[in-house]
Amino acid sequence: MERRDPTVRDLEDALRSDSRLPGVTGFTGAPGTGKSTLVDAVVSLLRTRKQSVAVLATDPNSPFTGGAILGDRIRMQRHALDPKVFIRSMGARGHLGGLSLASREAIRLLGAFGFDEVILETVGVGQSELEVAAVADTTVVVLTPNLGDSVQMIKAGILEIADVFVVNKADIDGHGRVVAELRTMLNMAPKTSWKPPIIPTVATRQEGVEQLWVAVLAHRTHLEKTGKAKELSERRLRDETAEVAAELARERTRRALREDPTLAERLLKDGTPYRTAEEILRTRTDN
Amino acid sequence: MKVRARDAKQAWQEEFESSPVREDGIETSTISGIPLEPLYTSADLPRRAEEYPGQFPYTRGIHPSGYRGRLWTMRQFSGFATAEETNRRYKYLLANGQTGLSVAFDMPTLMGQDSDAPTSRGEVGHCGVAIDSLADMETLFAGIPLGDITTSMTINSPAAILLCMYIAVAEEQGVPASKLGGTLQNDILKEFIAQKEFIFPPAPSMRLVVDSIEYCAKEVPKWNTISISGYHIREAGSTAAQELAFTLADGMAYVDACLERGMHIDDFASRLSFFFDAHIDFFEEIAKFRAARRIWARWMRERYGAQQERSWKLRFHTQTAGVSLTAQQPELNIARTAVEALAAVLGGTQSLHTNAMDEVLALPTDKAARLALRTQQLLAYETGVASTIDPLGGSYFVEALTDEMERQAEAYFKRIEEIGGVIPAIEVGFFQKEIADAAFRYQQELEQKRRIVIGVNDFTVEDEEAIEILRIDPRLESQQAERISEVRRKRDQAKCSNALNRLRKAAAGTDNLMPYILDAVRAYATEGEIMHTMVEVFGTYTETAVV
Amino acid sequence: MATAVRPVRIVVAKVGLDGHDRGVKVVARALRDAGYEVIYTGLRQTPEMVVDAALQEDAQVIGLSIHSGAHMTLFPAVVEELKRRKATDIIVFGGGIIPDDDITALKKSGVEEIFTPGTPLQEIVDWLRKRFPESATK
Repeated sequence: MERRDPTVRDLEDALRSDSRLPGVTGFTGAPGTGKSTLVDAVVSLLRTRKQSVAVLATDPNSPFTGGAILGDRIRMQRHALDPKVFIRSMGARGHLGGLSLASREAIRLLGAFGFDEVILETVGVGQSELEVAAVADTTVVVLTPNLGDSVQMIKAGILEIADVFVVNKADIDGHGRVVAELRTMLNMAPKTSWKPPIIPTVATRQEGVEQLWVAVLAHRTHLEKTGKAKELSERRLRDETAEVAAELARERTRRALREDPTLAERLLKDGTPYRTAEEILRTRTDN
Repeated sequence: MKVRARDAKQAWQEEFESSPVREDGIETSTISGIPLEPLYTSADLPRRAEEYPGQFPYTRGIHPSGYRGRLWTMRQFSGFATAEETNRRYKYLLANGQTGLSVAFDMPTLMGQDSDAPTSRGEVGHCGVAIDSLADMETLFAGIPLGDITTSMTINSPAAILLCMYIAVAEEQGVPASKLGGTLQNDILKEFIAQKEFIFPPAPSMRLVVDSIEYCAKEVPKWNTISISGYHIREAGSTAAQELAFTLADGMAYVDACLERGMHIDDFASRLSFFFDAHIDFFEEIAKFRAARRIWARWMRERYGAQQERSWKLRFHTQTAGVSLTAQQPELNIARTAVEALAAVLGGTQSLHTNAMDEVLALPTDKAARLALRTQQLLAYETGVASTIDPLGGSYFVEALTDEMERQAEAYFKRIEEIGGVIPAIEVGFFQKEIADAAFRYQQELEQKRRIVIGVNDFTVEDEEAIEILRIDPRLESQQAERISEVRRKRDQAKCSNALNRLRKAAAGTDNLMPYILDAVRAYATEGEIMHTMVEVFGTYTETAVV
Repeated sequence: MATAVRPVRIVVAKVGLDGHDRGVKVVARALRDAGYEVIYTGLRQTPEMVVDAALQEDAQVIGLSIHSGAHMTLFPAVVEELKRRKATDIIVFGGGIIPDDDITALKKSGVEEIFTPGTPLQEIVDWLRKRFPESATK
């Protein structure tokens, strides 16, 4: 599906409407924050509650070759062979229409297969964390005390997407400082109806994971109570449709230029991408 | 005079620059990538007081008499199949003049599981000898007087268990623990860094290491409680400087952990030993060994305030580089190993394992194992290299390279400290990334033919003659499984489970676990059962993915 | 019909108990640099875990690495598991210290290719390109 196989469309029809959407939680954080371990811990927690979980883990692709090494499964070894845990690694690039589109399709499909929870995990580099936030109901931003990343250095935009903060590795020095700095920063932010809680965890020892999940569920309830959940899901459907449309148009255009040498020649000669694009979209159809 | 010397150097410089140079694209840097000058002169010699062997900082060796006093110990690592077969090989090696034993365990033993565990499938007896309980250890050393030989055991996560088995066999032979000599690898940090045979998380793993060091300091005082190993770091693809730096950093982490336990530095420091790789880049390796001694002596005296000289001396075992061997034209491995062994000797090693030529294909045959041992004997008795202490000391080149090694190691210590120490650096994958990068860089140099490996990327032959290799009988697995069930059937079940229960309780507390493990071993609890008991308390570790 | 980009996905796994991951990591990097999506599953994978990962990850290829000498047991076990899960369209290749006689036997058991130490990385990439020409990456 993330390869954007055309059969996705048919699948979508088959799955439509009556399938329930799973809860979607995004986890993002710099490399070394113990994000995968934390996700693994959350999966364990959910499994003790008899819930099924799918993890979609994203790693960056090489900007030069498009290849990728996806290594998140390693952290989730203890859930290997558990049929109620599905793990899928995804390269951040190479998804037409972007990562968020591919994830949305995956989420719908996983819901149809009866998965209760979907966790999107992404390393906080490039655009991927923004894409994840655009798909997840709740976005968890993971920080640690030991990477020298004082809170002031947190990447711009991260504070805005966080619904819950985790300060992982809470057993090492500097943990209190990170929490205090974060709190100050959040107090200075404009008042909104949801104030992101800060949860200390030690993922390697499964500590704080229950509290984290309580916070995630509280945020989910908040979304529902305030009507934001409905608003979000409607907006997402509209956004997604626009993204799919853009993708279809892009594909149609590429094919037209490939299959119609006269058109391509004229484009190169006149240098008129706008007019050519409009013409293609107006005059050509898929099949 | 001085003026004329400079003239001569300048004249050489001019002649060198106008001479043609080879343009074969082959690197002139060391195999680790240290750039080399075409010539070193007195200008490259460090400005420091003259150094002597047996004197701080021991750059020139820890013994004032070098190999004139005593040759290095020729210690061939071996073990395969069952305890009976390995016992026969040991007797063969001892009869052929080997001076110490070195036990190789099979993968299930190294990973703390019994031969009948489902994941032991296909692994029993392949990489070494299968040991499941005290019964196997009794067979392994049957007829070998443990009071008269020294034994080195290459084992890490379950090290404490195997040491206890050895102590228990000695007891049965009537040899008190205080008379036992040998070495336990017991170096868990390099497992997290490189060889990846870890089971418990870092903290309980370190506790077990410190437990065994503390126990041996009192009960088995002649035992080298740990062999802090760079070998596996190097074999995993590191550079020489990384091997040096990461190994010494591990050493300091063990020292810190023992001090934290409340031990006194001079009570355990002299029982710490090291284990390095002797790779194919001859001079770089010699420089590495010399730098290791100097750095360790300085840190022990200056940073840790050790008072006794023996605490300052870095003693090490060396093995020639397994990764340098090739499956192609395998006889060439004899030549490679000889060069590497020579570097180890010129670097002042205390003991040495020379690889057999067929080790890249499988476990060595008797003949290949003997040739490997003979190579050491040839160096010791024919070549004359053992007659002069640190014969390369004062070489412009070797001294300059020794200093460069030291400089690079210190730079790494600083980086590790910035990350917060060895264990945090393991957890964020720092070492793993450095090593993987170095391995990949080297592989690319091979692909681009900037480095040549004879028979692999140049000077190849079309039809390779197959050499004879040793095969492990597949029936071994079921035999060993039967042996375990027999042990389980015959032992005093109540005594065994009581010992395991006491161990479990102790593991949850802070007691030294060695006496509890020893009791379980004496009650014929299997290795897998003892490990499992500790896993229940300690949990297991999964590494950070660094590719 | 949309011409979707189909990057070849390769599950790379270390089977067996040994932890020697130098080779597998070097190969993983080379495959990434050749434009493939490599899913590295880490150490000590059982045949069941490897096949499960390949199915969940929708991989076309499984690459196995081993240095413990248990290849004659574990490689064929992966092939068998693929058969049991009706996933024989996934192809298997392997690497490690494997004697010539064993290579012949392994190929007979359904492992498509074996690469031994000293094999140039390019040879592995070339083999994959030949095997999956339609999705050759640039």
